[in-house]
Amino acid sequence: MAAGVATWMPFARAAAVGWLPLAQKTMPKPPVDKKSRSDEILFVNVSGLRFQTWKNTLDRYPDTLLGSSEKEFFYNEETQEYFFDRDPEMFRHILNFFRTGKLHYPRHECIQAFEEELAFYGIIPEIIGDCCMEEYRDRKKENQERLAEDTEAENAGDAPLPPDATLRERLWRAFENPHTSTMALVFYYVTGFFIAVSVIANVVETVPCRPIKGSIKDLPCGEKFSVAFSCLDTACVLIFSFEYLMRLYAAPSRCDFARSVMSVIDVVAILPFYIGLVMPENEEVSGAFVTLRVFRVFRIFKFSRHSQGLRILGCTLQACASELGFLLFSLTMAVIIFATVMFYAEKGTKGTTFSSIPASFWYTIVTMTTLGYGDMVPDSIAGKIFGSICSLSGVLVIALPVPVIVSNFARIYHQNQRADKMRAQQKVRQARIRMAKKGATNAFLQHKEDGGLQDGDSDSTPLCVKNRSAFEHQHHHLLHCLEKTTNHEFTDEVTYSEVCVTDSVGFRTSRSTSLSSQQGATTTCCSRRAKRRAFRLANSTVSVSRGSVQELDTLHITKTPAGTQYPQSRSSLNARTEDLKLNCADYTAAIISIPTPPANTPDESLPNSPAIPGILRNSRSSTYNTQETVKISSL
Amino acid sequence: MGAVVGTLTMQTKQRRRPSRDKIDDELEMTMVCHRPEGLEQLEAQTNFTKRELQILYRGFKNECPSGVVDEETFKHIYAQFFPHGDASTYAHYLFNAFDTTNNGSIKFEEFVMGLSTLLRGTMREKLEWTFHLYDINNDGYINREEMTEIVRAIYDMMGKYTYPALKGDVPKQHVDAFFQKMDKNKAGVVTLEEFIVACQEDEMMMRSMQLFENVM
Repeated sequence: MAAGVATWMPFARAAAVGWLPLAQKTMPKPPVDKKSRSDEILFVNVSGLRFQTWKNTLDRYPDTLLGSSEKEFFYNEETQEYFFDRDPEMFRHILNFFRTGKLHYPRHECIQAFEEELAFYGIIPEIIGDCCMEEYRDRKKENQERLAEDTEAENAGDAPLPPDATLRERLWRAFENPHTSTMALVFYYVTGFFIAVSVIANVVETVPCRPIKGSIKDLPCGEKFSVAFSCLDTACVLIFSFEYLMRLYAAPSRCDFARSVMSVIDVVAILPFYIGLVMPENEEVSGAFVTLRVFRVFRIFKFSRHSQGLRILGCTLQACASELGFLLFSLTMAVIIFATVMFYAEKGTKGTTFSSIPASFWYTIVTMTTLGYGDMVPDSIAGKIFGSICSLSGVLVIALPVPVIVSNFARIYHQNQRADKMRAQQKVRQARIRMAKKGATNAFLQHKEDGGLQDGDSDSTPLCVKNRSAFEHQHHHLLHCLEKTTNHEFTDEVTYSEVCVTDSVGFRTSRSTSLSSQQGATTTCCSRRAKRRAFRLANSTVSVSRGSVQELDTLHITKTPAGTQYPQSRSSLNARTEDLKLNCADYTAAIISIPTPPANTPDESLPNSPAIPGILRNSRSSTYNTQETVKISSL
Repeated sequence: MGAVVGTLTMQTKQRRRPSRDKIDDELEMTMVCHRPEGLEQLEAQTNFTKRELQILYRGFKNECPSGVVDEETFKHIYAQFFPHGDASTYAHYLFNAFDTTNNGSIKFEEFVMGLSTLLRGTMREKLEWTFHLYDINNDGYINREEMTEIVRAIYDMMGKYTYPALKGDVPKQHVDAFFQKMDKNKAGVVTLEEFIVACQEDEMMMRSMQLFENVM
């Protein structure tokens, strides 16, 4: 919960007075504040630089080093101050976080040093305010890239395959990362070589060679050495086809592979040959067939697998597509306008080359791009005037969008990156907010289960309640008051949907199943989780919601930094304890809520419900603490 | 091409106009900075000691450097206490109850006076304050609609996932129960005197009120 909220706690509790006339039950007793609440100034000495702050300021974040009792380890009795042997410059920022609630990233500091300080003081970097977050992430990414450059080339795709990888997976690895094995490398270079050979052959076969004896006309080499060239062509096509078929076989998703750009290029490269084989030696058709041979030049695009630069160029063009489209569109508009004008201006001239408007297109384009071949020249005065206007405007029309495209490319490129970053951050942020909310809810539900809401003597408080701060005590009391006012209880999403299902199915049958599954409850948390899954199969409708919660839990677990240990985890946002407790709380809450039917049969349920919470509480308390508290909470 | 140039110029014209208004707005916002009356005066007007006022003010000023709380901030703060449901409606009524001058923002004095009544006031003062909270239109009577609004707002704070699930018109039942208890002469509205008398007769409520004494 945000720090400043702690300041408003007395206000929120006072405002609860407004619920009192409506409450249908008595309010619970408020938590007793054991320690004195007088505020005092603390002295913090960081490597000689003395800071002073109110105790309340530090108490705002109870899950950091300075806010918790961990700072007592650093207390110096003689000088009556807390001494930290850390960087005093960085401490300024840390302390400002406590004061203002916003963490700022100092731009002149090394990112790793900053992160180390944050880790020491128990502050997670996600709290960095929006103003500095982008800079922080950019620097972090930069740093990671710099450090990972050497290792990445070896690790990223070259991680050894699991030993039981199928032939398909091995083949695919070999195709995608040629550096993995020598065979793959050999194959890579061989295909590259043959692409080059094929392209060169296509080029050379049109060069005129010396004519064969007895003839005067120059022959293109292709016809002179037709056998050699056709053999070469066949060999290349065979190799390309073989490669394509192998890739198709090895691809994990054949449909996706077939639709990818590279595979289309491959197909287009080898298709003319096969079409040529299939087609009969017909006069008319062979003309079209010759045109098809043009497509052989697409083999040069196969080089993009071998060249990073080509791929980047392709991406660039894709990214700039709209700008290029705009350029094309404006050019087309201008061409049409000027061609029409020139045609009508030159219409009167005798023997003019401007025979039609489409014929004038050629003149307009050549003039606007300042090529000026001179094959079409206006003769009339009007034509010359409009021709000069055309060439001037051509310079403008072409020169304007090009720098825009260049700068747009840079902008779009960075924007795309930022948009992706923002989307990822948004997702993480939403997940974090949801987890915090769930954390608050589940902390309260957990608190209920721990028997923290006992109205009787509170001497025997369970061990796990001890670590809660005064603020949490008060907040839970507030939520409890709200429950009593409305005579309804807080539950979580999972339990709620379960209850809905059981209500529709008929709670008697589910109660009997829950009873039977409970008799053999064992003591470990994990086995209970397994039981819950088995139970859930019986009510299969709610399995989806559980899956999503599990996902969030696992997402949460992966964010836990390596340093925190399980029972001493301070930070509430990366709490593995809370996560495990979350599962247990869900489970115990689930079992308790189902056997208690709504108000019409209270007598029937009474004998049953003590047994179930009793079994569960005994088992759980033996895992977590030595206390045995049996309590009927929901009735 | 002329059309292109034309559209570009039109766009720049449109963008120029709002910026001048924005500057004025920004100036206005920075001017609104409120300082409360002196510490002695506040101490005399409320039931807090100087030290308590100091602590309260430090927290208040930290959260709202401009010295006033507007409704949005208020709702935001309250929403953080009740993440399960929607606390904005209740926060709205609460805001109106604290904002005695009805100018759309709560100054520190209003805040502290409200707190003083709720935490340190006499039973009658607390009940009067609660009555003013429920009386949305400030006409001196609580009618069914106002009560339903308030009760609905409170139930909204619980959120969707409750046990037992909120079925039927639970707020309406709650309101009916309330009116049964409070409206002695069955007039359909509850006056201040009826309210105070009915609350004082209610043992449970009196005991609950005692509980909220030492919140500071």
